[in-house]
Amino acid sequence: MNIPEELKYTKSHEWVKECEDGTAYVGLTDFAQSELSDLVFVNLPEVGDDVEAGETFADVESVKAASDVYSPVTGTVAEINEELLDAPEKINEDPYGAWLVKVENITDTVDLLDCAAYEQLLEEEA
Amino acid sequence: MERKTPLYEEHVALGGKIVPFAGWLLPVQYSGVIAEHMAVREKCGLFDVSHMGELLLKGPGSIANLNHLLTNDYTSMEIGQARYSPMCNENGGCVDDLIVYKKAEDDYFIVVNAANKDKDYAWMKEHLLEGAELSDASDDYAQLALQGPKAEEILKKVADAADIPQGYYTANFDRKIQGMDVIISRTGYTGEDGFEIYLSPADAPRLWNLLLEAGKEEGLIPCGLGARDTLRLEAAMPLYGHEMNDEISPREAGLGIFVKMKKEDFIGKAALVERGKPTIKRVGLKVTGRGILREHQPVLLNGQEIGHTTSGTFCPYLSQPVAMALIPKEYSEVGTALEVDVRGRKVPVEVIPLPFYKRQS
Repeated sequence: MNIPEELKYTKSHEWVKECEDGTAYVGLTDFAQSELSDLVFVNLPEVGDDVEAGETFADVESVKAASDVYSPVTGTVAEINEELLDAPEKINEDPYGAWLVKVENITDTVDLLDCAAYEQLLEEEA
Repeated sequence: MERKTPLYEEHVALGGKIVPFAGWLLPVQYSGVIAEHMAVREKCGLFDVSHMGELLLKGPGSIANLNHLLTNDYTSMEIGQARYSPMCNENGGCVDDLIVYKKAEDDYFIVVNAANKDKDYAWMKEHLLEGAELSDASDDYAQLALQGPKAEEILKKVADAADIPQGYYTANFDRKIQGMDVIISRTGYTGEDGFEIYLSPADAPRLWNLLLEAGKEEGLIPCGLGARDTLRLEAAMPLYGHEMNDEISPREAGLGIFVKMKKEDFIGKAALVERGKPTIKRVGLKVTGRGILREHQPVLLNGQEIGHTTSGTFCPYLSQPVAMALIPKEYSEVGTALEVDVRGRKVPVEVIPLPFYKRQS
């Protein structure tokens, strides 16, 4: 399972890439995409929407089921990855390249895990 | 506590993702639903369907009992023939749907849904007329489904050509594949040509591995419940608990051709006569907006609920989200624009013809 060292993780299997300008990219981890398998639909918020740490802000669907995606941070959606709307399979192919949203004006976060802690969480869940 | 099929160890060894289903532990997928689905449409897939129930009906009163218990007509059947039927309750709703094989004169082999097996057996026992005996043989049979355009080519490598049934919906009883006693049936639940092979649970792992090995060149892969569901949905085959249940009549579910109203009598006939011509219809929906439809979602016309979806998914072969739905007949015309409430979001859809997929023969 691929767990890049430079990213932070949530217990609900999202990743966060914190940028120097205070914004953050959010995506789904390799573990999440592998559990969900074959994604065929992504529903993203709109630019300007507020997202709240620990609350659902998007949903992704595999052939079998829909799953909520939880925001690791509180803030405002600055950008969405529109490419995913037509090609949700990119999340399966490249989970750490296929970010869902970029969030700005971040005021809060859930408890974020580093790579080692996330790896441990996966081991515990296995 | 869920039961393991005789192939459980095989599924785990092959990396199958095991889930509980109808009281059994079965793989929902191995390599992925889409890859497995496409293998069945283009090459071949192997399914463990050992969870299905098998009932035996024997005796001189067998035909009278089948005609009494089931909505289809079993009066004239050739040995080796298979015939599908809904089974109605007294209100005209469905107890289950099943397949009856004529094994020999006064000797029938009945295959029912795993989730309904105990209910069906009890129902049939309770309503059995004189002259026939019903028994539950489910523990004596495992079942493998070999499905796809390459199925016959693969089966020929392990079985004698003479033992392979040629007609669709026919079966050969009391045959052997490399010493194992088998029933080979040319049936399936995928919309493709293929076979369902019944055999002793003790022999099941051997046949499973024999087929997987024999079909390697043709691209045969093991497939799970996920692909089984998307395949049957794409082919618009009904599933009990979705397109029909104990309230929905088979005529409403679009299974009217399997309900022989001219038959003298059968359980549920009086209620079906009283219910009259169905006012609801099973239709196909395709998404014209964005979203994936699932089962039991409200279908809306001008914001008003007019019906509900019965099954929905993203169909891999068609590469688009579709659903089946039960809606009033007056809105069932192909091309009608409707909406489906997908967890609070209104998704535009359009009525399209069923089945979504039909194989080229």
